[in-house]
Formats: sequence, structure tokens, C-alpha cells
Amino acid sequence: MKKSIALLLALAFAFVLVGCGQGQAPSAEDINKKSEGVMTYAEYAAADLDTAVVVEAYVQAKQSWWEDKATVYAQDADGAYFLYNMACSEEDYAKLTPGTKIKVSGYKAEWSGEVEITEATFEIVEGPAYIAEPVDVTELLGKDELIQHQNQLVSFKGMTVEAAGQDDDGNDVAFLYNYDGSGQDGNDLYFTVSLNGESYTFTVESYLCDKDSEVYNAVKNLKIGDKIDMEGFLYWYNGVNPHITSVVAAK
Amino acid sequence: MMRFYQRTIALFLCVFLVCSLLTGCHGSRGLEPFVVPEEFDTSRNYEINFWAKNDTNKTQTKVYEKAIADFEALYPNIHVNLRLYTDYGKIYNDVITNIATQTTPNVCITYPDHIATYLTGVNTVVPLDDLFADANYGLGGGKLLFDGPAQDEMVSQFLDECIINGQHYAVPYMRSTEACYVNKTYVESLGYTLPDTLTWDFIWDVSEAAMQKDENGNFVVNGQNILIPFIYKSTDNMLIQMLQQKGAGYSTEAGEVLLFNDTTKALLQEIAAHAQTGAFSTFKISSYPANFVNAGQCLFAIDSTAGSTWMGSHAPLSDISEDKYVEFETAVFPVPQFDPENPQMISQGPSICIFNKPDSQEVLASWLFTQYLLTNEVQIGYAQTEGYVPVTTKAYNDTAYQDYLAHTGDDDPLFYDVKLKASQLLLQHTQDTFVTPVFNGSASLRNAAGQMIENTVKSIKRKETVDDAYFTKLYDDVSSLYRLDQLGSQDTSAAGKADLGPLPRTSVILLLSLAVIWSLIIVYIATNTYKKRKLNQHNLH
Repeated sequence: MKKSIALLLALAFAFVLVGCGQGQAPSAEDINKKSEGVMTYAEYAAADLDTAVVVEAYVQAKQSWWEDKATVYAQDADGAYFLYNMACSEEDYAKLTPGTKIKVSGYKAEWSGEVEITEATFEIVEGPAYIAEPVDVTELLGKDELIQHQNQLVSFKGMTVEAAGQDDDGNDVAFLYNYDGSGQDGNDLYFTVSLNGESYTFTVESYLCDKDSEVYNAVKNLKIGDKIDMEGFLYWYNGVNPHITSVVAAK
Repeated sequence: MMRFYQRTIALFLCVFLVCSLLTGCHGSRGLEPFVVPEEFDTSRNYEINFWAKNDTNKTQTKVYEKAIADFEALYPNIHVNLRLYTDYGKIYNDVITNIATQTTPNVCITYPDHIATYLTGVNTVVPLDDLFADANYGLGGGKLLFDGPAQDEMVSQFLDECIINGQHYAVPYMRSTEACYVNKTYVESLGYTLPDTLTWDFIWDVSEAAMQKDENGNFVVNGQNILIPFIYKSTDNMLIQMLQQKGAGYSTEAGEVLLFNDTTKALLQEIAAHAQTGAFSTFKISSYPANFVNAGQCLFAIDSTAGSTWMGSHAPLSDISEDKYVEFETAVFPVPQFDPENPQMISQGPSICIFNKPDSQEVLASWLFTQYLLTNEVQIGYAQTEGYVPVTTKAYNDTAYQDYLAHTGDDDPLFYDVKLKASQLLLQHTQDTFVTPVFNGSASLRNAAGQMIENTVKSIKRKETVDDAYFTKLYDDVSSLYRLDQLGSQDTSAAGKADLGPLPRTSVILLLSLAVIWSLIIVYIATNTYKKRKLNQHNLH
């Protein structure tokens, strides 16, 4: 009887250990482990535009799917990749949950400053999941080094909401539908935040975070003068244009 | 007893066959055709969903909103819900999705190419000819509560563009064409004088000349390390207009694809040669032409006249920061030509279609709102937001519009000179515009035309070999991608009136089988009845 209990306890302990192992975040080395013929992030960053690239990375967020094409933010421990209009069936799109490791083959391209992988195909790679921690780039705003974090999940801390424009009555408003206020509920939201006297335009991309999302409604409730912390992906369009995914009151 | 079973089986077969046939008919029926009501029932309330397109332009949104408010004041029983889009393709995708669920909007801004696809549903889109002609509610009708245009006050050329298979399925809303926005300062600094009519040769020559660099690796013409001398926004239009100007094939009116020809190949080879040197690129590959033009990084930008407010050193709308602007003089030309004596350019711009609904009164309400969008106030208001022109002579001849066109040298963004030049361009060349044939699949063919330029330029940038074998494969790939090889087997007539040719062999066999089965059933029943009667007669004896 005692032997049986001891065996049972030993088994239970083993299961607990395995469980803990699964919950443990993989090391940077594990995250950056690449299959044969796959580029490291450094090799990808150094590759010329319009050349073929093969990378392995972890899905961080899905932006859109239409007619068998998916647009996805992906990342490894060293950097991020914007996968634009990647060939993807609707069935496979459902499998691209955050953390999923994928091997992507495509071409490196640049559009209005945004470096991306286009005409890509992908396959899911077995392995542990990885969700990146946001990198605080608040102090890098306005500096050249910021672009090194392009497409990464980043955070901005303690920024102040400024007027994004005026409504029809000439009153200042904290956000606009589309960049000039030409849109309506459900379109992209544009808002302006400042730090140390410099202002920046941030966006809630409506395909990435639709009008029912928490962040969309958080931005609609912003007031001029609010101090906020934000997270999002460091997208580029003729300069930095973060796609914000989270807005909370500054801590 | 045996006979009872035989009769039951025969009856079952009959019922099954009849039900099958009826079910087959039901599946293809769709909505009943729309019939114009004699009177508009104002005792009821109507809700109209209007899906509109704007060019990410706040003034356009305001024109729509004001038009709706003014219309609702005239017709308090009609409420219009506005849904805004900034992309024709997105409207098209959403309409296609909503046709399947019978949740189409009532009124929709669209392209005739797209309508041709919508028409594959039965009675999905309302033919407008009867509505045009209605004495009470038609164009210039006696019971309208606003001063709309009569049919002869519509620009006939624009109205004709909305004819599909002999019927009007849309009305034009605005018209535009493409313009070549030129950095005149830089062109002249290279020693060139702009001709009266731009030619393709001139643009290629200047673009190549602009690629010269100084000892620091910067381009001589702008002193920067970025320059794409020639950028085309809509490459589908580029190839379509080139082929039209060359008199080469694109498609027939009936939907036969002629795109994959030797002239196309020669044009792609020319484009490839200039992509090779970096003198040419496209919007899809590099970004918006206006961003490069305004930063002094592009000499020739071809974009819609409806994109004119984004072009120039002092463009009222822009995506680049002010510090990136450079000072230069902007000239506005029609698209380059192969034959300057016979200029040809595309006619484009939004049209409006009305979707059919079970309630004909609701459709009539949609039509009233559609017509309201053709009134002078809406037409002139919207045309002033970009390089559009109104689609009615009534609006064009209005003194308010003539005063607008006459403005020059005014700092007010309403009278932005590049925009006014773009509008004038189309007004002066309306007779030189053309449209491509509309059929179910014409939207795909248009996409295919653009794709061939995009693929060629991308392949050059990727240092792939672009030779005869490349073009053979390109033709096959693009044809397959857009299913152009299947167009001939579809009902290419949107209203289903085209000659479909002889029935396929399988259909003939199926129909013959059905006929044989029916014959056997009838023979069986007749034989049974005969035998039964004979037996009865025998029993009676």
C-alpha cells in the first residue's frame, strides 16, 4: 500500500514538473532556434530589398484576412517581421493564434518606409509558443534608433493626449475617424499624444483592432490632457505610425 | 397487392421528379423584377442604406451628409443611413458578400465593371430605364420635390457608360480621368521643354536623363539620394490606355479576352527596360506618387484627376510632413500618348446603382435619393472637392460652377490651381475619353492588366530574367490567377441574354434520360389502367 502511495506521489510530482515546464517562458536561445536554411533576424535585417528571404518567427497579432491573403505581425527574440498579404487559406488563418511559430518564405520589400515580407508562403513549425514582451521605446521617440524596433510590440509610457483636430463646431477633439476626420465609427482612429513638447500621431488600425475592441473604445473615450500608457506595433508610414493595441491610464 | 406497390412506386417517382424540377426552378428565381409603382406612398416610412465612397476627404463626407440632411427635409418619411468607404474594391467585396445573404445596400457607389458581376444574381440590380422615363418620378419628373436633371441634361457620354446589355443599370455620379502631374521646374532644369501633348517617348527620355548622379551618389536633378522619375498609380489603367492608343486588343464587347497579345508584350518589355534603370515604378511597389512628387523625388506622377488636391508643392492634402516638401511648379497634362494628334484617355469615376428589394416602394425611395445626388447643389459641391466634373449639363452650365472654374491664383484651397487644371483637363477632353467593355469578368480582366505590369517590374527589381519565356509564363499565370481562361465558359452576359450556344453533351443526356423516364412512367400507368379496365370488364361479364 505504501509503495503504491509513494509511486502515485512520484507520478503526481513528475506531472507537476512537466506542467511547470510548459508554462515556463522559453529562453531567447530557444526562441531564436532556426531550422536549416532559415535566416537569423540579423541576416534578414541585412538582406537587400527585393531579395528572397526565409525566416522563422512567432505570430504576435493578425491584422486581416481576405481572399486567401493574411497580414500578420510576427516576432522572434531579436526583431519583428510584418508579413503583408501572405498566402493563407481561411482554415490556416484560424490556426495562426498568437505565439504560433511559422516558417515564412517571401521577398523583402519596403513601402513608404515600412519594411515587410511580401508574396510570402508559410508553414506552421512545431514547438513552444512565444509572445513577446513589449519594449518600452518612449525615450526613443524622435530618435533615429527607433526604427530598429520597427514592427515590434512596443510600449509608450506617460504620454499626454493632445487635440487631434476640430469638430464641425470648431471644438478641439481627442481623436478623429481617419486622419482628417472624414470617416465614421468603425474606421481607423487617429489621435495625437505628446512627450517633452513633441507631438506624435498614433493610430488604432481598424482591421487590427475593430470597433468592438477594448482599445478602440478606450481611444473614443480619451479626453484632451489625459496621461496614458500605450502598447502597440511599431508600424511605419512616411515615419513612425504605431498601430496601438492597448491604452490605459498612466501608472 | 403487387399492383398496389407498383402504382405507389410510380406515384412516388412522379412526385419526386416534379418536386425536383420545381426545386430547381425555385433556386434560380431570386427577387421578382422591379415594377415602378404608380404613386409613391408617403404614408409609410423607409430606411435607405447608402454605401458611399470618398477619397479620404473630409469635404466629400460633408457633401454626402448635407445631401442626406437636405433630402430628408424634403422627404421626412425617408431616412438614409450613410456608410463610408475609401476603396471601391472594399465596397465590391462587401456587396458580393451581402448579395448571398440578401442584405445588399439600397443605393451604392460603384463601377460598371462591378455591377456586371452583381448582375449574375437574378433581379439583384434594378434596371433604371423605366425609372428614367417615368413621368412622375423619372428624370425631371413632375412629382419630384426637387429640381433634378432631365434625361437630356445628363452628359450622354457618361450616361452611356452605365449601359450593360442594352439597359442602364446605374447613373454616373462624378467623372474623372487620369492626369500626369509634372514637376515642370525639374524637367526644364534637365534642358527639356514640355510639349503641348506629352508622349510616352518624351516621358521615358526625361526619366532616363533624370537618373544621372553626382560624385556623392545623389541625383543631380534634386540633390537627394531618392528619385523615381516616373510613378504610375493605377497600372491597370496604364496598360489599358496604352493598348487603346496602339489600337491593340484588350477585350471584345462580348467578353472575349484579347489582352495577351504581342503589343502587350512589347509594351511590357519597354516598361521593364525603364524599371531596370530605376526610372519607373508603381504605387503598389513604391507608394503614393504624390508623396514622391511633393518631396521632389518624382518628375512625372500619373494619378486620377480625383487625386489632384494631393499633388504639388502647396497641396492642401498630404501624407508627408511639411519639412519634406520642396518648391517647384506643377504642370497638369493628359496621360502620355503614342499619337498626339489623336489623344485617348480613360473615363472613370463613381456611378450609382440601386439594389432590388421585395418592396417596390422602398426601391422607389432609393431612386428618389439617387436622383437627388444628381441635383446641382450636390453635383457642384462634390465636384469641387477634387478634380471631378459633374455628370449633368445642368450643373456644368450653372453660374456657380462656371464661377468656380474661372478662379485662378486664389490661395483658398477650394480654388487650388492644380485641382482646377485637372477638372479643366477632363472638360476639354471629354470627347477623347473611352471606357472598356463591361461584362461579367471585366473587373478581373482589369486586375489582370495591372498585375502584368506589377509582376514585370517586381521581377526586374528582383533581378529575374525577363525574356520571351518569362512573358509566356506570365500570361499563363495571370490568366489562371484571375480565371480568365474560364470567362468564355461563363454566362458573360450580365442579364443572361447572350447566345449560350448548343447544350453541353452531359445536359443533353440528362434531359433525354428524364424524357425516357417520364415516357416509361406514362406507359406504365396507361398499361395498368388498360389492364384494370379489361379486368373490370372481364369481371362484369
